[in-house]
Amino acid sequence: MKILTCPLNGPRPIQEFHYGGEFRPPLDPAQLNDADWGQEVHHRHGEPGVKREWWYHTASGTWFIAERDNLQDRVIQTYLYTPERGND
Amino acid sequence: MPHRLLKYGFSDHHPEPRMFRDVKHLKPEYDAVIIGGGGHGLAAAYYLGKDHGVSNVAVLEQGYLGGGGTGRNTAIVRSNYLTPEGARFYQASVELFQDLSRELDYNLFYSERGHFTLAHSPASLRTQRWRAEVNQHLGIDSQVVDPKFIQSQIPQIDLTCGGHQPPIHGALFHPPGAIARHDAVAWAYARGADRYGAEIHQQTAVTDIEVRDGAVIGVHTDRGYIKTRKVLSAVAGWTTHITKMVGLRTPLVIYPLQAMVTEPLKPWLNHIVVSASLHVYVSQSSRGELVAGASLDPYELISSRSTLDFAESMSGHLLDLFPCLPQVNVLRQWAGMCDMTPDFSPIMGLTPIEGFYLDSGWGTWGFKATPISGKTMAFTLANNRDHDLIEAFNLSRFERCQLVGEKGAASVGH
Repeated sequence: MKILTCPLNGPRPIQEFHYGGEFRPPLDPAQLNDADWGQEVHHRHGEPGVKREWWYHTASGTWFIAERDNLQDRVIQTYLYTPERGND
Repeated sequence: MPHRLLKYGFSDHHPEPRMFRDVKHLKPEYDAVIIGGGGHGLAAAYYLGKDHGVSNVAVLEQGYLGGGGTGRNTAIVRSNYLTPEGARFYQASVELFQDLSRELDYNLFYSERGHFTLAHSPASLRTQRWRAEVNQHLGIDSQVVDPKFIQSQIPQIDLTCGGHQPPIHGALFHPPGAIARHDAVAWAYARGADRYGAEIHQQTAVTDIEVRDGAVIGVHTDRGYIKTRKVLSAVAGWTTHITKMVGLRTPLVIYPLQAMVTEPLKPWLNHIVVSASLHVYVSQSSRGELVAGASLDPYELISSRSTLDFAESMSGHLLDLFPCLPQVNVLRQWAGMCDMTPDFSPIMGLTPIEGFYLDSGWGTWGFKATPISGKTMAFTLANNRDHDLIEAFNLSRFERCQLVGEKGAASVGH
């Protein structure tokens, strides 16, 4: 069974979690033209590597960030979102 | 006998002809390089030779032919899609498939079974009706049927799902829905492409793509450098590896999709049965095995590992539909990598990089499109212009926000 560590509740089975997709900093529509906006809205970083992702612990209602290698399925670390850490 | 067999194995002079030439060395230059020796890449090579007279083509495959998505799907062919763009495209594919065994002179075990997409709720029945209307408008044989008809066609099905799931309210029925032997499709296209002069290089991985002034000039492989002005990426689950080499951004993310087969049984299931709510689709192969696929894994992963979770939930849902199966053993399970797009339509055709063509975004719907994607991509490479059938699927649709929303027609609820 795969285990993921919730920053609040510790290691829990993966079935308790919901995947929220890639972490993406909020967009500023005023700064982007239409084509760039279309690209930013739809395009993703699907290439192999370590990605920062949103995960949700269903049982406790906790959204947090996981740094995960999408090729090896290895989680490097998980932490709660803070504006400082989230946007670096 | 073992001695003779050993000698035969090591001999270069086989009495049986090979399906395609075993070309030992890469040429320094090709008119076109196709990355990916699956059904799509090989079909493109075949139609490049047949329709456009382009024969100086190399197909590069990092593993073995048909070892990726081509050999891992559940081999279903159908055209009852939701959007006119999609339905027209897949219908052209079904029509090519129907005549393909004859055209390629190879038995593809193409078998028309009739395809049921079960609806477990009134909302889902509404979507089925919508699909049926779009399909009929385009001349595709597709209709909504009631539970009585389903039961008459598939006596073994439990319409109540044993009370574990919402009962079946009806289904979308698509009589031309078929299954085929997917490996044979890759082999037959390989043989056809070879006869038109294309070279097939297995165990040849592309390590980088050389782009100068916004145009492709060559390809680096683990067996050396090749000059070429045209590169087609037909690698489905590996597409993000390739687009990274040329610095192209796409919406593609890779998810595993798992499937399994049971031990062979006497023929009893004539049709292909799909339930979106139960995340299951199942058919019986010509060998008698039940081939069953699920929905995507719950999170992004560039890997073809399979899990016990999947085998458990899949078996449970299969039993909800067919309570007659509890004694049947699962023979094996596997996963394939699906390059998913946000609108559940493929990404095909020209890209902002001159000479770099994409045949990607095949998610969970690639096998059925093998012939038509080969044909339209060959046209696109030869003429440097998107074929009419695939114009709507160009990568640029995302920056124009003109998506081709096919979600309602994906075989399983994603």
